[in-house]
Amino acid sequence: MRDVAVIGVGMTKWGELWEKSLRTIFVETALLALDDAGVDKIDSMYVGSMSSGLFVGQEHIASLLADYLGQVPVPSARIETACASGGLALRLGFMEVASGMSDVVLVSGIEKMTDVNGYEATYALGTAADQEYEGYHGITFPGLYALIARAHMEKYGTRREQLALVAVKNHSNGSKNPLAQFQFEITVDSVLNSVKVADPLRILDCSPITDGAAAAVLCPVEMARKMNKPIVKIIGSGHATDAISLSSRNDITWLEATYQAGKQAYAMADKKPEDIDILEVHDCFTIAEICVLEALGIVEKGKGGEAVEDEITYLDGKIPVNTSGGLKAKGHPVGATGVAQVMEIVKQLRGEADKRQIKDCRIGMAQNMGGSGGSAVVHIFERE
Amino acid sequence: MEGIVGYGAYIPRYRIKVEEIAKVWGADAPSYKRGLMLEEKSVPSPDQDTITMSVEAAKNALKRCLINPKDIGAVYIGSESHPYAVKPSGTVLAEALGATPEVHTADFEFACKAGTEGMYVVLNLVKTEDIKYGLAVGADTSQGAPGDALEYSAAAGAAAFIFGRDNVIANVLESYSYMTDTPDFWRREYQYYPQHGGRFTGDPAYFKHIIGAAKGIMDKAGMKPSDFEYVTFHQPNGKFPFRVGKMLGFEKKQIETGWLVNKLGNTYSGSSPLGLTAILDVSKPRDKILIVSYGSGAGSDAFIFEVTKGIDKVRDLAPKTRELLDNNRCYLEYGEYAKFRQKIKKAA
Repeated sequence: MRDVAVIGVGMTKWGELWEKSLRTIFVETALLALDDAGVDKIDSMYVGSMSSGLFVGQEHIASLLADYLGQVPVPSARIETACASGGLALRLGFMEVASGMSDVVLVSGIEKMTDVNGYEATYALGTAADQEYEGYHGITFPGLYALIARAHMEKYGTRREQLALVAVKNHSNGSKNPLAQFQFEITVDSVLNSVKVADPLRILDCSPITDGAAAAVLCPVEMARKMNKPIVKIIGSGHATDAISLSSRNDITWLEATYQAGKQAYAMADKKPEDIDILEVHDCFTIAEICVLEALGIVEKGKGGEAVEDEITYLDGKIPVNTSGGLKAKGHPVGATGVAQVMEIVKQLRGEADKRQIKDCRIGMAQNMGGSGGSAVVHIFERE
Repeated sequence: MEGIVGYGAYIPRYRIKVEEIAKVWGADAPSYKRGLMLEEKSVPSPDQDTITMSVEAAKNALKRCLINPKDIGAVYIGSESHPYAVKPSGTVLAEALGATPEVHTADFEFACKAGTEGMYVVLNLVKTEDIKYGLAVGADTSQGAPGDALEYSAAAGAAAFIFGRDNVIANVLESYSYMTDTPDFWRREYQYYPQHGGRFTGDPAYFKHIIGAAKGIMDKAGMKPSDFEYVTFHQPNGKFPFRVGKMLGFEKKQIETGWLVNKLGNTYSGSSPLGLTAILDVSKPRDKILIVSYGSGAGSDAFIFEVTKGIDKVRDLAPKTRELLDNNRCYLEYGEYAKFRQKIKKAA
């Protein structure tokens, strides 16, 4: 296997991009990544997108977007594993370059979610849950994560305020990210008094509906050296699945797919949780960040709530988590999220994260998951 | 100079509280009240519609100017709830006032902007001396689908303005229109309830057009926010008028007088026109007033008025808007409300 580097990343400001279409958002983003990498020709591309069919009525987007990027006839594939689509696009691009099949691969993710109304968006997202065992009972994602939150509170004594602190921290980080959808701070009080969505979760515990894309360019490390680019290597990659229905899991507070994907990535990278300097995780709901930190072994089982309360996951903490603002503040265009996490890690490792820059970081990790944890992708990066 | 010679308001006496609606749908009333700054809204009774409310408001306007109805050369009703798809509302109003048959009548429709649209046309007919007096009414019995966010605000009311050149109580210093094709809210033929683009109705719709019209008219007139005693904007909920006012540089105290929505709801074509009637009720000679409407689809009309000494003679000749809002209220339960608004129908 060849060593693989990320040589370019790109992302435009996320939000309610009513004036831009799916293809416009994609092309603007992909061009930024190609510019950053200093290449204008790619060998192949991957696009992570959860549900362009339900959100904008367009399937077959891998070819469409390759065409509008001016790259046909290169091979282009759309990757779907719910909200982990972007992370999986990265993994497949990584495998393609590592295997020697291609040299320069563009990996990207995109979702244009505001062309439909809130009900339609909730339905589209809901298709990532088990339709027969969950969807037909009327439960939506806030409901599923509310069950996880309630169980975590019962089992480990996690408190409502600890959930709120995750959102407070991520908004604080997002306020320092000029590409984030929400660039403002919030308080524990404002979270606790925001509109109730699914008890115990309130609106400020939930990531928003977002239009956006992210892209990264991968190539062999040897090639990157010749190009004289700052090199961020992908040193570990893991991907795992779990039952997508909560009812089929032994313990709904435990994210087994994330644990398994993390185990693979740690083994490939020959790293341990304590080696990680910065972390981007899938905080689609505040409780998710708490559970992910436990599954990745960053904290002990049941201690995720304390981690944020003790501020170890803050920008100036022992292990900063979601320095980009996370899904909560940066936004969550589902298919794009996994690639945007890479963007943040690369910016941090290159020392280009401005106001939110973490000093002396060398190793970063990104964890992206689908649905309520039925799929997970974990990557570890190292600055050379 | 051309301007308003008489004005009148009408608000039905029935009300329903936000809590009563929220209770039925299992919604969180406090967050609606806090988020939208709405407490209750007016409801038309079963025998009221846009035409009957227009007649009430126009009669109040006539009381304030004491002109011969035969001298009214144009009668326009702006509404998105004209009772008939085919058959004018304006003819009934013109007949009820005794303005027929030498009168031009038309019904306007431009979502919540239709009322000020009529004002715009009447003003210009008066300016060109094509007519001596003209009447423009903004009235609606607006529709909100059961359980939709609109149900908490869609209300009923009417405001009427008679424009002329003699005995003017508020001169028009400037008028201005600003619009684009922006589909944020619509109702197709044969549909009972409108659909809307959710958050899209905010920044690219309401805020863009109101700010465009307000800045445009102030530039045209060479005026700035501090030149006005009062300002009233379209009031789809309690929050938007204050937010857009702040964005433009107005202070809360300039907005509050015409801000009726917390107790009235959104009266659509009657919304900013009713705000203007509430302001005229308390304004003094030489006060300057800015009104900016908003209609989905989308556009805004803006007018700058300067109140004259005439206001003191007519103010008390008809019921004041705040009195209509605060007095004689009758609260409905959701079931009665559903019947009144024909959301449920008795089996034949």
